[in-house]
Amino acid sequence: MRLKNKLIGGSIITASALSVVLILAIIVIILVVTIIGGKDTLSWKFLTSFPTDGMMKGGIFPAIYGTALLVIVMSLAAVPFGAITAIYLTEYAHEKSWIAQTIRFAVRTLATVPSIIFGLFGLGFFIKYVGGGMDHLFMGGQLKWAQPNLLWGSLTMALLTLPVVIVSVEEAIRTVPRELREASLALGATKWQTIKKVVIPGSISGIMTGTILAVSRGAGEVAPILFTGAAYYLATLPTSVSDQFMNLGYHIYVLSTQSSNVDQTLPIQFATTLVLLMLTFTLNLTAVLIRSRLRRRIK
Amino acid sequence: MKEVKIVTKDLTLHYGQKMALNSINIQIPEKEVTAFIGPSGCGKSTFLRSLNRMNDLIPSVHIKGEILIDGLNIYEKKIDVVNLRKKIGMVFQKSNPFAKSIFENIAYGPRINGINDKKKLTEIVETSLKNAAIWDEVKDRLPDSALGLSGGQQQRLCIARTLAVQPEIILMDEPASALDPISTGKIEELIFELKKNYTIVIVTHNMQQAARVSDHTAFFYLGELIEYGKTRKIFTSPDIKQTEEYITGRFG
Ligand SMILES: Nc1ncnc2c1ncn2[C@@H]1O[C@H](COP(=O)(O)OP(=O)(O)OP(=O)(O)O)[C@@H](O)[C@H]1O
Ligand SMILES: [Mg+2]
Repeated sequence: MRLKNKLIGGSIITASALSVVLILAIIVIILVVTIIGGKDTLSWKFLTSFPTDGMMKGGIFPAIYGTALLVIVMSLAAVPFGAITAIYLTEYAHEKSWIAQTIRFAVRTLATVPSIIFGLFGLGFFIKYVGGGMDHLFMGGQLKWAQPNLLWGSLTMALLTLPVVIVSVEEAIRTVPRELREASLALGATKWQTIKKVVIPGSISGIMTGTILAVSRGAGEVAPILFTGAAYYLATLPTSVSDQFMNLGYHIYVLSTQSSNVDQTLPIQFATTLVLLMLTFTLNLTAVLIRSRLRRRIK
Repeated sequence: MKEVKIVTKDLTLHYGQKMALNSINIQIPEKEVTAFIGPSGCGKSTFLRSLNRMNDLIPSVHIKGEILIDGLNIYEKKIDVVNLRKKIGMVFQKSNPFAKSIFENIAYGPRINGINDKKKLTEIVETSLKNAAIWDEVKDRLPDSALGLSGGQQQRLCIARTLAVQPEIILMDEPASALDPISTGKIEELIFELKKNYTIVIVTHNMQQAARVSDHTAFFYLGELIEYGKTRKIFTSPDIKQTEEYITGRFG
């Protein structure tokens, strides 16, 4: 019996050690391969110029610009909405009320939905239904909103990243000590004043972490914007939310599958991948740092 | 005896099924210091928190009976809790300054009352800090974070913050229990000053402190008010044996 336990324990430890090594190895391989493949192409000029020669040469500026716009518009939607939901859940809803439980269940479910489903939902709901309705009402049936654009792409992405925001903000709000709320209430502040002046300022780092994690997720996902806003190639930068946009992740996909000469664009693919990796990596690292500072504050 | 400020009639409080206060009847005089003493868990904090309806925040609390302040039942439907709490300040056991500057901590209450005029705020901040006997220590560092103050200073800052709202009553729940003797002394002197203008109710575990600062003392035991009277009397010749045993340290 003893021996059996020892064997089981031993194999579990070996298995976990192996998987850690495996994961680390994969990360290292990805990094090394992309760095080697992309380092000669990556330059300031590459980052700031347009693609040329049917995207066989040139830079990736429109894709960077489009990705930035996407995450900005997405954050403008996801952060306030997520923060309000989190405030409602922690401050107003009773833990066991059916509405709080329903929201929590929905948030958990949302987090597990494959991202391509969000893309399809965005196509069906935002473009066909909302966009179609807007065209019908405001454009006299002319096609303007019932097609992929920055707004629909960003909103679809916002749905995908909403759970990240909600969970981070909720976690941060819970770290605001009860004593501080009581101090505020005892001074004759209303509940809303207390939330506005004590709870939200006290959870600002959580709201930031949530935003950064959402941005990092949004910057890396492609499936949600596939049908809802990303463009294969644009000669000009988007100037309105009703324009389509280019995107780093989608650009990699396009270069590696749609290009007439995939091998020739390989360095560009690697360099673009490297940019995307560094971007999400930096964002995640920042979020982790802010979060760990927050955790330390609790102790 | 002076005017009566707070009266409770058969005040009974339950946390869920568990009774924490059993039919408390007490009359607390205006502009004097009333001390609540009694062993841990006897309901002192619970009683104090009923007086400014802080217990409203705990869903399981049920209250029966009446609490009259200036003759008005504070648990009546038409009472505005927010206004009630402006009238009844509270100082907590653990000092709890906001993560804001010293100035903004004091200005917090006036600001939520709609005072935003910088000159007016400066005035209120200065008077409140002076009245809380901490002005000299902080006057050169008002823009600094309040979290940088010592424990005793933080507690006096919290008192100043309460004064800034101009309450009539100040409830203090063991305000000096986490402080060193010198800071405690300062708080006690302060209480002595404050009672000229405020009705003060203080919970304390420190018998000497109760004897020093209070005019009246109430002894609680297992959710009941066992004895209540002039502090001198309670500490020299209490009527009830339990009170005497507690005060002389034989139990509790
Ligand atoms: N939020 C709560 N929920 C349930 N029971 C509570 C709650 N707060 C206090 N109690 C219980 O009510 C009783 C009175 O507690 P209270 O905090 O008023 O005592 P206290 O006299 O202030 O004690 P101490 O001197 O330790 O501060 C205790 O038995 C306590 O366990
Ligand atoms: Mg207590």
